[in-house]
Amino acid sequence: MMKRAGMARKAALGLSCLAALAGCAAGEGKPTGLASTPVADPYPSTYRAYPGAPTALVGATVYDGAGNRIDNGTVLFAQGRVVGVGGADLAIPAGYAQIDGAGKFVTPGVIDAHSHLGVYASPGVDANSDGNEATDPSTPEVWAEHSVWPQDPGFSRALANGGVTSLQILPGSANLMGGRAVSLKNVPSRTVQGMKFPGAPYSMKMACGENPKRVYGSQGQVPSTRMGNFAVNRQTWIEAQEYAAGDHEERDLGMETLEGVLSGDIQIQNHCYRADEMALVLDMAREFGYKVAAFHHATEAYKVADLLRENDVCAAIWADWYGFKMEAYDAIPENAALVANSGACVVIHSDDPNGIQRLNQAAAKAQAAGERMGIAIPDAEVVRWFTLNPATAMGIDDRTGSLAQGKMADVVLWNGDPLSVYSRPEKVWVDGALLYDANDPKRRPVSDFELGQPGAGDVK
Amino acid sequence: MSAARRIAGALALASTALAAPLAAQDFAITNATVAIGDGGEPIENATVLVRGGKVVAAGAGVPVPAGIERIDGQGKWVTPGLFAAVSDLGLWDVEGVGDSNDTEADESPFNAALDVAPAINPLSEHIAISRTGGITRSSVIGHPGNSIFAGQGALIDLGADPQAVTRPRAFQYAVLNEQAGRIAGGSRVSAQALFRNALREARDYAARGNIPRESADPRMVDTSAERARDVLLTRFDAAALVPVVEGTQKLYLRVERAADIRSALALKQDFPKLDLVLVGATEGWMVAEDIARARVPVIARPLVDLPNRFEQLASTQSNIGRMRAAGVDVAIGGFIGPDNQPRWAPEEAGNLVALTRVPGATGLSWGQALAAITSVPARISGLGDTAGVLKPGALGDVVIWNGDPLELSSSPVRVFIEGVEQPLDNRQTRLRDRYRTPAPGALPKAYDW
Repeated sequence: MMKRAGMARKAALGLSCLAALAGCAAGEGKPTGLASTPVADPYPSTYRAYPGAPTALVGATVYDGAGNRIDNGTVLFAQGRVVGVGGADLAIPAGYAQIDGAGKFVTPGVIDAHSHLGVYASPGVDANSDGNEATDPSTPEVWAEHSVWPQDPGFSRALANGGVTSLQILPGSANLMGGRAVSLKNVPSRTVQGMKFPGAPYSMKMACGENPKRVYGSQGQVPSTRMGNFAVNRQTWIEAQEYAAGDHEERDLGMETLEGVLSGDIQIQNHCYRADEMALVLDMAREFGYKVAAFHHATEAYKVADLLRENDVCAAIWADWYGFKMEAYDAIPENAALVANSGACVVIHSDDPNGIQRLNQAAAKAQAAGERMGIAIPDAEVVRWFTLNPATAMGIDDRTGSLAQGKMADVVLWNGDPLSVYSRPEKVWVDGALLYDANDPKRRPVSDFELGQPGAGDVK
Repeated sequence: MSAARRIAGALALASTALAAPLAAQDFAITNATVAIGDGGEPIENATVLVRGGKVVAAGAGVPVPAGIERIDGQGKWVTPGLFAAVSDLGLWDVEGVGDSNDTEADESPFNAALDVAPAINPLSEHIAISRTGGITRSSVIGHPGNSIFAGQGALIDLGADPQAVTRPRAFQYAVLNEQAGRIAGGSRVSAQALFRNALREARDYAARGNIPRESADPRMVDTSAERARDVLLTRFDAAALVPVVEGTQKLYLRVERAADIRSALALKQDFPKLDLVLVGATEGWMVAEDIARARVPVIARPLVDLPNRFEQLASTQSNIGRMRAAGVDVAIGGFIGPDNQPRWAPEEAGNLVALTRVPGATGLSWGQALAAITSVPARISGLGDTAGVLKPGALGDVVIWNGDPLELSSSPVRVFIEGVEQPLDNRQTRLRDRYRTPAPGALPKAYDW
């Protein structure tokens, strides 16, 4: 319904081209003669997969990320792509290096839909605090990628301990509209462009509730209340609609992003804790004709799990964080299980440089909480919470997030069941390139910041 | 949990709220996998016998006296109650709600004299939630406000009764880390000077004041002793530091960087009686031999592996394992606020077991990992062998788990503190039950309670 509205608007504006996708020619479909024409992809991804050998993982328990489990499975990848996934009978082509996975487990690369790595980098000193442009409650004009510091040591921990191969870096939640997010491949690079996930759609971060009203209310400016939050948002969306319908004679960075949201090219990732506020946001999205891809943190998602299902919105949540502020007061460990039980989409997210190292463990805890109340969720489905579902929320599920033929060979070989506390990644491949190997200290990335420092290159 | 049991639990909770004490039970848990908590590996088909609120025996082949209640432990695991070393349980409701958050007093005229014990709320929901996670005891601290001395911490039990504090003023908590430099006037140099001066003042005060050493709380002894004019501490604060400088009260000292750890250990040259416990010690593995030689125990967070601050450049999850291997007594701890919940202690311990299978990393054996959240923190807290361990004569704090207690899929099914069975309900379980089905039924959700 909403999607159709978005398509109609896009057609009306002549924006047939998906502006965020690489290869979309600059200015295509726009009126001619503008003084300044937006470039469709001004900071394009320069990511290139590193070389990898054709590899056959054999004998492991395989979770494909899409809800399936294969015992004694075989996973084949070559040229950066998954070639085949099957049982022991899957034929291994000539020239493939075989890795014995007996007693081990294989999953797709772990994906975090909510990270601030790079924008709140380690060390957490003021000079590295680049996640909130907290000078105005609405800053749709900022882009997280212009803050990401590729040398944040946190990326390496997420890879080695968490098996994270893709992640979405979001601006913080001080602002109602915090700016554009950026999706990255977790591959070290000199530049953020060298990490950008090729062809990933953009998202914009929004935040409801306590943070915006606290940050700006304490400065004696709007918004200082939740109703102020909504008023500022609605007024901004009205302006965005006018901009979208206008002649575009003057460029406006913020409005370009909001127009992209209204046209369906840019997704909304909405930080929101309380059930009642999520329901209000869904109405606001309906009022202005955009779609919320996921509610992030959503500690009260379990109270409106039916609404989330009906509106096809994911809940991107922690396993059991609670109590740090009023809007997190009603968080319960059964949140994920109750949301899943209602048929809505669960994403286990981190929002944390430590949590991102254990998304698999967080999912297992959330599963166990469900089990205790009689909601049994199969392991293979739980693996989906930190693989395919976050990929879906980020709009990259057609390229990664599950082990399927033709998809990116983002793969983790775990030394045991990934839902056990005793397991860790043994090898991690990104686009078929082996970028972490527990058995090879030199396959452990060391950021420029850590090079030459105490503990550089240590197991972490 | 059955509805009947849930109701029973709710009634128990309600009754304890009305201060009706629950009775200690005598019981034997049989046929269970029992972990003593002393560092050893679990024992299968074992028995735990508790009488009069104390552990009588635990292990294989323990005879069960006739007439005593038997709890079938088939398929279950039994451990001592877990000990959350260095928490702020009972001092806050919602972390970000300053109105009722008593963890830090940055505008107080006092520092070392601050005593958390009277402020601890036994009905705090975080105590109830932690109890549901198998935590039965904790050492509670306040955080440093405007002084490097945060004040005196307490030992508590997490029983559903009005008496939480089991030992007030069990230790003094101070910081000599990066943060201490900022608090102390802008540098580590100043923090060291303030620290030494404070202990010197306390020593001087003790000498002049003729404080009776049998006094439980030296702050309350009015000596009328003259004090020199160049004092920085209030009389109340100086008195509070007398037991620290005389070594009768433990000093928990927060340090992270290897160099700061060495400086902390060197304090014993000037103040030889200090009974030090290091808290934090992110880079402890770099100076593990020194810490071991000084026989100073450590309370550390196990999964810190990022250079979040410059004092943590060499952080690694192998820190605890390496210190342990060097002979340091190390407990898992630092359960501060909702960022590191006490109920996460088992999974943190389990992660250290996971490290034993990572080449180049140093972890803990399963038994050592459990000990790091039971007997070791209890011992460091000063409880000796009376808690955190299923040894004859120890407090009857017992947790029955539905599986391996360090595993993510496991949880406590019954919790006893000094032989008293505890309710496992809390506000979270009530919300869970209310929203099992999200949409309201015949009446709004508000009527479902």
